[in-house]
Amino acid sequence: MFEIKKVGKQTIKFANPPVILETSSIVGPKEGEGPLKDTFDYIADDMYFGEKSWERAERKFLEEAVKIVLNKRKQTSQDIDFLLAGDLLNQIISSNFAASTLGIPFFGLYGACSTMYEAIILASVLIDGGFAQKVIAATSSHYATSERQFRYPTEQAVQRPLTAQWTVTGAGAMLLGTPDQGEGPVVTFATVGRAVDAGAKDPMDMGSAMAPAAVDTIIAHLEDTGRRVEDYDLVITGDLGSVGRSIAIELANINGYDLSKNFNDCGILIFNPSQDTHAGGSGCACSAVVTCGYIMKALREKKYKRILGIGTGALMSVTSIQRQETIPAIGHAVAIENV
Amino acid sequence: MAGFTGPEDTSRLKKQFDHSKKQYEQEKYQKIAQKHVPKASIFRNSLNAFLMGGLICAVAQALFNLISSAGFTVKEANTIVAVIMIFLGAFLTGIGIYDSIAKVGGAGAMVPITGFANSIVAPAMEFKKEGYIFGIGARMFSTAGPVLVYGIVTSIIVGLIAFTIM
Repeated sequence: MFEIKKVGKQTIKFANPPVILETSSIVGPKEGEGPLKDTFDYIADDMYFGEKSWERAERKFLEEAVKIVLNKRKQTSQDIDFLLAGDLLNQIISSNFAASTLGIPFFGLYGACSTMYEAIILASVLIDGGFAQKVIAATSSHYATSERQFRYPTEQAVQRPLTAQWTVTGAGAMLLGTPDQGEGPVVTFATVGRAVDAGAKDPMDMGSAMAPAAVDTIIAHLEDTGRRVEDYDLVITGDLGSVGRSIAIELANINGYDLSKNFNDCGILIFNPSQDTHAGGSGCACSAVVTCGYIMKALREKKYKRILGIGTGALMSVTSIQRQETIPAIGHAVAIENV
Repeated sequence: MAGFTGPEDTSRLKKQFDHSKKQYEQEKYQKIAQKHVPKASIFRNSLNAFLMGGLICAVAQALFNLISSAGFTVKEANTIVAVIMIFLGAFLTGIGIYDSIAKVGGAGAMVPITGFANSIVAPAMEFKKEGYIFGIGARMFSTAGPVLVYGIVTSIIVGLIAFTIM
């Protein structure tokens, strides 16, 4: 008997919902001064994290996040079936190096800032499909390495526009397993996003580029599952920022959904307005550290029963931006519940 | 068969239709998105740029007066002031202050010669890790390069015009 676990257009309903056994989050100093500072496992004193370059620091952030999750659960790399990881740097180099040190069988993923949620979905698929017992999903990003790759040298005299977002420095890791491995919140549904090209061209305004993709996925999720927005204690996007969030609320409203009550964004939560990041945080680590830190803490403390997280990514390259091409975007949704 | 246009034509028409439909939807979305984009205050930014640019020029003028009073000719003093201002721009970039000055001052900090120094030193610092040839050597002028190219091209054009008129 072969049963398809897909419901509706783009949603997977897990037959034996994978359990989130443990999570870890590491951040840089700026994030460590933000409102979520108590939810992170470790706050690095400086952006170099004891390394000689920012790129090496980012690698170490990712490695350490995975090591923390292993230690918390008293596991070694040998106990883990697969590592699904990604980051923003060219050819996901941070993840490649981290994977080479960790020695866990590795899938490298790229979904820009949505990578953490892409990894959670694929990890859950591997587990529910019976291909793995324990899988780690992890991503990293670093303010300085992203600035250098996508924008300007860090010391360059430029004024950032008000729509600009601040790439989060840090890494998050999540250990998922089959239900017999332990207790914890479970992944019940995953809605795989479609790449949406809304015609946005400004790389300094990624909220505008990503909002349509996030709303497209949220609506698809609600239609596929028959759930309502109110069925979730929290609907949270990865890094739409303040601009993208307010656009998303309007777009949802046009389509007949009310997101004004229980809808927030990791990029808004992670920094204080006084930290002068403009529209909020972004980067692979943004949704990763907020999900693995703040959201998981709230779920474990039973503050939330059921949340819908949507990892959002702006799928651009340096070349496409220089050629004034549009920025396609994607949103991947995962329903996490206490059962 | 009369009126039959063949599969190629209908698909071409459909393609055109889909294309314009997509374009229409993208434009419609951009109108919605624009409403949510916060606007920077042009007045405040212009004022800040004016004050910062003025401050940098005032520093240069003070240096000029000082150096002139020490007995240097105007031409000599000009050169010395330029050298000092370039050094200051580079130095403040090196110790990580110039980008904060530009955050407030905007174009007021970018346009003077100190900003030009910044645009060379910032990539040089950033790409030093790629080595002296492919890092500093190749990337140092990544921002200043276009300024130099078009500055020189403009000066040639202006020179030619001046040459023909005079």
